Amino acid sequence: MAKISSIKVDSKIPEGPLAEKWTNYKAHQKLVNPANKRKLDIIVVGTGLAGASAAASLGAMGFNVLNFCIQDSPRRAHSIAAQGGINAAKNYQNDGDSVYRLFYDTIKGGDYRAREANVYRLAEVSGAIIDQCVAQCVPFAREYGGLLANRSFGGAQVSRTFYARGQTGQQLLLGAYSALNYQVSQGTVKVFTRYEMLDLVIIDGRARGIIARNLVTGKVERFAAHAVVIGTGGYGNTYFLSTNAMGSNGSAALQCYRKGAWFANPCYAQIHPTCIPVHGDKQSKLTLMSESLRNDGRIWVPKKLEDAKALQAGKKHPNDIPDEDRDFYLERRYPAFGNLVPRDVASRAAKERCDAGFGVNNTGLAVFLDFKYAIQRLGEDVVRQRYGNLFDMYEEIADTNPYKEPMMIFPAIHYTMGGIWVDYELQTSVPGLFAIGEANFSDHGANRLGASALMQGLADGYFVLPYTIQNYLSDQIQVPRFSTDAPEFVAAEKAVTDKIAKLMAIKGKRSVDSIHKELGHVMWDYVGMARTKESLETALKKLAEVETLFWSDLFIPGAADTLNVELEKALRLLDFIEIGKLMAYDALNREESCGGHFREEHQTEEGEAKRDDENFSYVACWKYTGDGQEPELIKEDLNYQYIKVQQRNYKN
Amino acid sequence: MDKNISFTLKVWRQRGPKEKGAFATYEMKDIPGDTSFLEMLDILNESLVNKGEEPIVFDHDCREGICGMCSLYVNGHPHGPATGATTCQLYMRRFKDGDTITVEPWRSAAFPVIRDLMVDRTAFDKIQQAGGYVSINTGGMPDANALPIGKDIAEEAMDAAACIGCGACVAACKNGSAMLFVSAKVSQFALLPQGKPEAAKRAKSMIAKMDELGFGNCTNTRACEAECPKCISISNIARLNREFIKAKLKD
Repeated sequence: MAKISSIKVDSKIPEGPLAEKWTNYKAHQKLVNPANKRKLDIIVVGTGLAGASAAASLGAMGFNVLNFCIQDSPRRAHSIAAQGGINAAKNYQNDGDSVYRLFYDTIKGGDYRAREANVYRLAEVSGAIIDQCVAQCVPFAREYGGLLANRSFGGAQVSRTFYARGQTGQQLLLGAYSALNYQVSQGTVKVFTRYEMLDLVIIDGRARGIIARNLVTGKVERFAAHAVVIGTGGYGNTYFLSTNAMGSNGSAALQCYRKGAWFANPCYAQIHPTCIPVHGDKQSKLTLMSESLRNDGRIWVPKKLEDAKALQAGKKHPNDIPDEDRDFYLERRYPAFGNLVPRDVASRAAKERCDAGFGVNNTGLAVFLDFKYAIQRLGEDVVRQRYGNLFDMYEEIADTNPYKEPMMIFPAIHYTMGGIWVDYELQTSVPGLFAIGEANFSDHGANRLGASALMQGLADGYFVLPYTIQNYLSDQIQVPRFSTDAPEFVAAEKAVTDKIAKLMAIKGKRSVDSIHKELGHVMWDYVGMARTKESLETALKKLAEVETLFWSDLFIPGAADTLNVELEKALRLLDFIEIGKLMAYDALNREESCGGHFREEHQTEEGEAKRDDENFSYVACWKYTGDGQEPELIKEDLNYQYIKVQQRNYKN
Repeated sequence: MDKNISFTLKVWRQRGPKEKGAFATYEMKDIPGDTSFLEMLDILNESLVNKGEEPIVFDHDCREGICGMCSLYVNGHPHGPATGATTCQLYMRRFKDGDTITVEPWRSAAFPVIRDLMVDRTAFDKIQQAGGYVSINTGGMPDANALPIGKDIAEEAMDAAACIGCGACVAACKNGSAMLFVSAKVSQFALLPQGKPEAAKRAKSMIAKMDELGFGNCTNTRACEAECPKCISISNIARLNREFIKAKLKD
């Protein structure tokens, strides 16, 4: 049993009715006048949708911003790879959408494990994001009449998703990148590319800077500021194989955790139902096929076990199986939402069919996503126009033509709903430290709906943090710029260089990747799509073994004081092991099933996730207590005042 | 199922920007055809690390063809022999048993080598900072549907906006010109009403920055278009030239 802390959590939810909270907050928050903004420095780590939009907006307001990324350009952040779209409650389709409905769908989609006030605010600012992006020249899809087009995504019965072909993340990120470039040209933002944050510096209990390593020279450097913002994304690469980019990592978040910021709901990891299946042991990552494909594609496996066996043996072609022998299991189980059920539901349903022996590829771990019916209904040209780039991508990887035969897909780790705990102001439990985008835990509860990540990243960066951070900075105007010669900086830098020296000195025989793969197997097998008390206890034992292996047998070639990719990966892996443990602790503690967290002991007779609202309607915040120690659990109770909490129903 | 192949790999290795580089030769055995080109380099790097050697350094990140980070010059082509694909989207089934495969970094005066196959492309960021934006702050924007934009115009802008900023156009060009990259951004903004007010200024300042950073001029060889992983059309260069001339005439 986890040790439970008696700390009382203040999430700083403003007073007043739900729909007026954000308005009230903005009306009463403290501001910083323009002359004082110039005197205040803000470090923003990360240049994805959240980081770039925050850095650009804070720069535009007049703050002095230092923006860091590990890639060679801010435009490479992994937000760039988001395909499908961005939700906004514009109701342009006149199909009954509203701020309330987007709020409701998001809370329900998150399986009632997110804060009402945060989610309502997210829905409230969603429309302004689209306005901002259009003003930046983001080329969203349009109808012939010249107005913006929409499509549907999982977990919604309205059409509220804005998109730019299958490259929405790219276009939104390039929009934010252009806003960032404008601020760089104005001298308000300075961008540090190929820099990796390796520690957070705290002075008198407040976040006052970071230690970062220049990845080209290997030099460890100090940066001071009045506030620090973390927008470094999620920790899906704990599993080694995921849809994340190779460099995506949870290290910045974990450094904040080690310095006192609570880590919330680490066990909520999203497994995306439509990814290209694993093909071999040399594979480096999994490729996502956009959820938008479920608008027109139909998911199926054979009805007859003998057909599945023939497919697995390569003795039968999917097109030879007649319609009456196909089991469209999502349409069968969830008639109201069909192929557009939320991601967690679709992933578990695929696993259920494959576990029962109906998988369709040589490993038995794949289902079909078929466009035959859409092509019959719409013609190949329309399908090509909607999904052409995704089909090309599929064909290049899988070497089959999805216009002629069904795609094969399987669930893969995609997004992490858990992250650094933040209050309503997006401030962590460390004063002066803020977390935005996927790096925080706030808005998606136990499961994120499709097209909501882009919305949340940009909401935090453009329209929430620029307000709330002022409330903190307003009493910092008298605080002079900090010298990086302060003893706290010296100590933090020494801790980093000592850690690097220790890693370099192991001089074992194993490469970083080979150990990371072992970690990935432990996580997928024991902390994956279906978890049990037993599997999680096994995971913790095996994670300890992986950690021992890391410290005894790791080998990093080259030197620390120069470019060293293996060293970069080793530092991240060390943190992934710690995150893996946090995920297992959290999953073990949460004796219920909700959203992306499925405990086999807790399911309905029909195999659906069974929540326990009486005992688990809380945010699980984990507080660091020292290396090798079990973290402490702090509970933030979730109180639903405006909506009725119920069992999610996508059946009717 | 794809067959396994064996081949010889010649890889450019260079310790730093000022140091002399040379090709190193590696024999690769039994690589499955469904391995991506970068996964093949991962396999090689794993074997180098296991021998106590330093791995080959190369840029890569998303491995799904959208981040623009990967940048290998394979057998004389930026991003290798496949058309409309980045290096990370290249699969070994494209090669034959017994082949010799040559891998080099982007070669351009404006993209100095950092190490091995990794180059410095900050010049691209600098060009964008010179005008690749609409000069607006956050908030207070008109409703997104206030201004209708023809579907064909939006589609054309999207074609140009698809550029991933990888630099293959520069690597392919005998003059080391960045015109395709610059023109893609200038076109996207010039086509859309929100970008029009600054179109002239943008074309001039981005071209001036490009010249200043040591990129060459365009002589219409169309190598950039042929090698672009996103098939960006050189008609964008024509539009850039028109915008540039219009701007100059106004001076």
